Amino acid sequence: MVTVTANQPVVEMQSITKQFLDVVANRNINFNLFPKEICALLGENGAGKTTLMNILFGYYTCDKGEIFIKGKKAELSSPRDAICRGVGMIHQHFTLVPSQSVLENIIIGTEMRKSGFLDLKAAKDKLLHLQERFGLHIDPEARIWTLAIGEQQRVEILKALYRDVEILIMDEPTAVLAPSEISDLFRTLKSLVQEGKSIVFITHKLKEVIAIADRIVVLRRGEVVAERRTGDTNLRELANLMVGRDVLERISRKKIPPGEPVLEIHNLAVSNDKGLEAVKDIKLVVRKNEILGIAGVSGNGQRELAETLFGIREPQKGTIKINGITLHSGSPVSAIKLGMARIPEDRIETGLMMDLSVEENLILETHVSPDFHKRGLLNFNKIHQFSNELIEGYGIMTSGRDAVTRSLSGGNLQKVILARELSGKPTLIVASQPTRGLDVGAMEYIHQRILQEKERGAAIILISEDLDEIFILSDRIVVMYEGQIMGDVQLEEASREQIGLWISGVKK
Amino acid sequence: MIGEILNTAFITGLIGAAMRMATPIIFATLGEIINERAGILNLGIEGIMLMGAMTGFLVSITTGLLWIGVLAAALVGMILSLLMAFLTVYLGLSQHVSGLGITLFSTGLAMFIYRIHFGSPLVPPIVEPFTQVTIPLLSKIPVIGPSLFDQYALTYIAVLLIPIISIILYKTHIGLKIRTVGENPLAADNVGVNVYLTRTLCLVTGGALIGIGGSFLTLDHQNMFLIDVIGGRGWVSIAMVIFGNWDPLKGALGAFIFGFLDGLQLRLQGLGIKVPFDIFLMIPYLMTIIALVGVSRKAAVPACLLKPYRREEKGV
Amino acid sequence: MIGFKIVKRKPLPGWARLVIPVAAIIVTLVLSAIPILIAGGNLWKSYYFLFYGALGTRYNLLETFVKASPLIFTGLGVAFAFRAKFWNIGAEGQLLAGALTATWVGINAAGAPKILLLPVFIACGFIAGGIWAAIPATLKTKLKVDDVVSTLLLNYVMIHIMGALLFGPLQQPGSSWPRSSEIVEAAKYPMLLVRSRFHLGIPLAFFAVAIIWFINDKVVFGYQSRAVGVNIKAAHFGGINTTSVILRTAIISGGLAGVAGVGELCAIQYRLIMDISPGYGYSGIVIAMLGNLHPLGVLFSSFFFSVIIVGAQTMSRMTGVPYYIAEVIQGMALMVMLVFLLLTEYKIMVIRK
Repeated sequence: MVTVTANQPVVEMQSITKQFLDVVANRNINFNLFPKEICALLGENGAGKTTLMNILFGYYTCDKGEIFIKGKKAELSSPRDAICRGVGMIHQHFTLVPSQSVLENIIIGTEMRKSGFLDLKAAKDKLLHLQERFGLHIDPEARIWTLAIGEQQRVEILKALYRDVEILIMDEPTAVLAPSEISDLFRTLKSLVQEGKSIVFITHKLKEVIAIADRIVVLRRGEVVAERRTGDTNLRELANLMVGRDVLERISRKKIPPGEPVLEIHNLAVSNDKGLEAVKDIKLVVRKNEILGIAGVSGNGQRELAETLFGIREPQKGTIKINGITLHSGSPVSAIKLGMARIPEDRIETGLMMDLSVEENLILETHVSPDFHKRGLLNFNKIHQFSNELIEGYGIMTSGRDAVTRSLSGGNLQKVILARELSGKPTLIVASQPTRGLDVGAMEYIHQRILQEKERGAAIILISEDLDEIFILSDRIVVMYEGQIMGDVQLEEASREQIGLWISGVKK
Repeated sequence: MIGEILNTAFITGLIGAAMRMATPIIFATLGEIINERAGILNLGIEGIMLMGAMTGFLVSITTGLLWIGVLAAALVGMILSLLMAFLTVYLGLSQHVSGLGITLFSTGLAMFIYRIHFGSPLVPPIVEPFTQVTIPLLSKIPVIGPSLFDQYALTYIAVLLIPIISIILYKTHIGLKIRTVGENPLAADNVGVNVYLTRTLCLVTGGALIGIGGSFLTLDHQNMFLIDVIGGRGWVSIAMVIFGNWDPLKGALGAFIFGFLDGLQLRLQGLGIKVPFDIFLMIPYLMTIIALVGVSRKAAVPACLLKPYRREEKGV
Repeated sequence: MIGFKIVKRKPLPGWARLVIPVAAIIVTLVLSAIPILIAGGNLWKSYYFLFYGALGTRYNLLETFVKASPLIFTGLGVAFAFRAKFWNIGAEGQLLAGALTATWVGINAAGAPKILLLPVFIACGFIAGGIWAAIPATLKTKLKVDDVVSTLLLNYVMIHIMGALLFGPLQQPGSSWPRSSEIVEAAKYPMLLVRSRFHLGIPLAFFAVAIIWFINDKVVFGYQSRAVGVNIKAAHFGGINTTSVILRTAIISGGLAGVAGVGELCAIQYRLIMDISPGYGYSGIVIAMLGNLHPLGVLFSSFFFSVIIVGAQTMSRMTGVPYYIAEVIQGMALMVMLVFLLLTEYKIMVIRK
C-alpha cells in the first residue's frame, strides 16, 4: 500500500469532462480530496456534483480527464473498479433491496468462500464488530423495508465500511433526515474521519456545509467556481458562489386576512402501501386567501395525506370537505370537480404523461369539458387555442404544443402541471413538494405563482421538506410527524427552532 | 365405477403419469424462475422448448445417442437465450415483445429445420426413446414405489434440480447476486456485481433447462416430433412461476398439479369413461388462471422484472 | 476488448419514422438469405418466386389481399390494445371465439336474408371476440392478474372449447372429423371480383383501419386510451376512468380479432375447422409491432406479411425451401424491427477498452 502523506491528496481528478446529449455535465473539472477531511461539494441541482462523483465511483465513464487514487492512475469502468481502490458511494436514493435482510444487503458481492455458499455467521460477526467500532447499531436480521430512513442510511454506511472503503462519497445524505438524525449522521461522519477515512459530502444546503465540512468546493453549471476553507467563508458568500447572484429570495407578500374555510379535514386516517397507518386522525382547516405550510421530513404521512386529497388513495376513515361539499373518497374526478388544483410530488410518475405532447398533458383534466368535445369528438380548434394560451401565459419553454413532453426541462415540466392545474381558477390548491429538484429560477417563478393564487383567493396547502420555502410562503405552519400534526402556529409566532423540534418529534 | 377408479393400480398409474407429465414443466418452470429472479421474463420459452424438442429428436436420430440429443437441446436453449439476452439485457428492448419474437422465430425455425432434414414423409420418423429406470428397493414400496421410482432418468434429474436450485438461490453468493440483480440492479452494480453478465448467465442457464424440458417431450414422452408437441406447456410454465411465487419448490408443486390433471385426463380416457377430452385438456389452463387470481394479491414478483438496466440513463 | 454501450440520442426527424420500418423489412429480407441458403435454395430464384408468388399474377396479387384481410384485423386489434398497454397476446383465441359464434349462428340461420344476416354475423363475431378479450381485461383491472399470461392461456382454453364443440354439438352430422356443417348460403361473404377470392372482408379491413385511425386521433376515447397506455397512474390522477378505458380498449381489440375469424369462416372455409387460423392472432402481434402500433403501419406490415405468407408457398413449391421459412421471416422481422425502433431513441457506441 502506498503511504499517503498529509498533504498529498487521496483522490486527484484532473480536467474531467462529461457530456450527456447536448448538456455538458462536467467541464474541465479539477478536484482533489485530501486524507482525513470532509470535503463538501456544493452546488445547485444540475450543477454536476453527482455526475462528477459518479465518475469517481466508476458508474459513469468520463469523456476526458484522468483520475488518480492514492497517487496511482485509476481506470474506472465500473463501480467494482472503484470499490477495489477503496472508493464507496452512498447515493441519494438508497440502493438497497427492501425484501432482503440487512446482512444480505451488506454481504452481496463480497469475497466468496471456495464452496460458494454464504457464510452468514462469519459475515454477521464482522458486521457486529464494525457496528461496535463505529457505533452504528442495526439488527443484521431485519428486513430493509421494516427500517426507518435513517436506519437504512446506516445500512448503506455499513455496506461501504464492510468493503473497507477509505474514500466515502455521500450524495445529499441529509435530504431525507430529520434534524436529530442529521446531528447523528454528522457525529458518525466525524468519527469516520478520525478513523482515517476521507469523505466527499454532496449537498446544496449551505448551513450543513458550514457545520460539517473542512473544505468546500463549489460547482456551477458543470464547472468549479470556487474553493474555500470553511473558516474563511460565510453563508452569503457561498450562496452567491453557488447560484452566481444574490439568492436571498425577496418576495413581496401581501397580508390578506384569511376568509371562510375552504378545506376541512376531519379525523382523517390513511394507510400506506404496506397497510400501516400513515396518517393518524388528522384535523385541518384551510381558509380562503391562506397558505398552510405543512413541514416535516418526508415519509411522515405527507405523501399519503396528499394522495388522499388528490383522490388517488382511499382513506380508512374521516371526511374531507371542500367548500362544504364532501369529497368523494378515492375519486380524482370528485377532487377536480370540487375545484382542487393538485400538484403531485412525483411529477413524472403521477403528474405527466411524458411520451405524449405538451398539449395532451395540458388537456388531461379538461378534455371532458363541453368546451373541448362534441359528441365524443375532440374539438381541436378550442384545444389548440387553450394550449397555446397556457404555454404563453406560463412561459413554458418548448418547441410548441406538439412537442413531446419528455423533451422539456424539469422546471418546464412543473410549469406544464401548474398551467394545467391553475387554468381552472381553483378554489383550493394542494401542492406537494412543488419545487423539489428545480433550479432557483424555476423555484422563484413557482413561488410567485403560488402567492398570486393566494391573492386571487385560493386556499393553499403547501407540503414541503424545505423549511425556507415553508417560511417564505406560508401564513400558517403545521408540522407532520409520524402521521400526526405536531403543532400549528401563525407565521409571525413561528420560530425555526420550534419547528425544527417538532420535525424531530419533540413536543415542547 | 368409483371402485374401478380408486383401485391401487389406478392410483399408482396416475401418480406415475403425473410425474411424467410434470417433468417438462418442472424443467421449464425452474429455468424460467432463474430467468425471472434475475429480472428477465423469457416469453421465448414456448419456442425454445419446441427447438429443444426438435433438436433433441434430430440429434438423437442422427447420432443414435439419446443423451447427446438432450445435450444438444440444452445447447440450443442456451443459444436462443443468448439471443434473448442480447435483445433484452444488452439492448434493453421490451422483454414481452423480444420473447414473443424468439418464440415465433424458434417455432418457424424448428419446423423449417425438421422439414429440411426429414422432408414431409407420410409416416413421421421415430426415435427409440429412453426407457424407465427402476430404482431397486424403493420401487418395491407399495403404491408410491412403482409410481415414483420407476421413471425416466430426466424425471429424477428434474426432481433433484428442485432442491439444488433452491439452495443456489437462497444459500449461495451466486444466488444472492441473482436475487439482487432482479430486485435492484442498481444496488448490485454499486457493489461491483456485473448486472449484464449475471442476467445473461441466468438466461443461458435457464435456457438450457427449458431446452431439456422440450427434449423430454420427444425423447421420453413421445418418440416423434409433431408441430404441436409443446402445446402451450411453455406458457403454462410461465404461469407456474407466478403460481409458485417465484419459488422453485412451489413452482414445481404447481407443475406437478398440472401434470396430475393431465395424467388424470389420459387415465380416464384410457378407462373409456365418456368425457369430452377437450374439456379435460382445458382444465389445467383454467385452473392456472384461477390460481393466478389467487396469488396475484400477494405476489413476490422480483421488483425489477421487465425493467431494462441502463447505467447512464439518468444523466439525460 | 471491444464493448458497446447504448446512449440516448436526440430525437430523429419525422421522415426517419417512415424510413425505419422500410429499412427493417430490407434487413429482414437480407437476413432471410441465411435460412434459404441453409435449405439449399438458390437465392435469386427464391426471392424471385417469393415476390412472383405474391404479386406476379392477378390471381396471386388478389390472394395476397385475401391473406392480408385477417392479418389487418388481428394486427389492428393487437395494436389498439398495445397502445393502451393492455398486453393482448390473445388475438388467436379471440379470432376463434368470433369464428365459433358466427358458425353457431350461421348454421342455424336458414332463411334469413343476406343483407340482414351479414351485419348480424359481423356483429356476433365482434361481440364474441370482445367478450373473450374482456375477461382478461377484467382480471387485470379488478384482480391484478397479469394480462400477458391470462390472454395467452385463454387461447388454449378457446382451442379446447372449440375442440369440445366440434367433437360435440357443432360436429357435422355423420362426420368423424372435428368440423362443423357448412354455414347457410346467405351467410357467405360476397365475392367482389370475378375469378378470385377477393371478398367483402378486404374492403371491410380497410374500413376498419380508417375507423381505428379516426378513433385514435379524433375521438375522446382514443385520447384516453393513449393516455392510459403512456402513464396509467397519471391518467387515473387526471380523472380518466382507467378501468373502463382498459375494458373498452380490450373489447374493441378482441372484437377486431373476432371479425377476422368471421371473415375466415364466411369467405374462405365456409365451415368451422380446427385449423381455421394458421396463427393469424400471433402474427397480429408482430404486425402491430412492425407497424409501430399505428393503423397505417399495421396496414402496410400486414401486406408485407401477406406477401411473405403467400409468396413462400410458391417459393417452397419451386425451390424446395420449406414453407415454414415464412414463420422464420416473421420472427426475424419482429426482432429486427425492435432493434431499429431502439435506434430511433438511442445510438449504439462502440468503445474500446
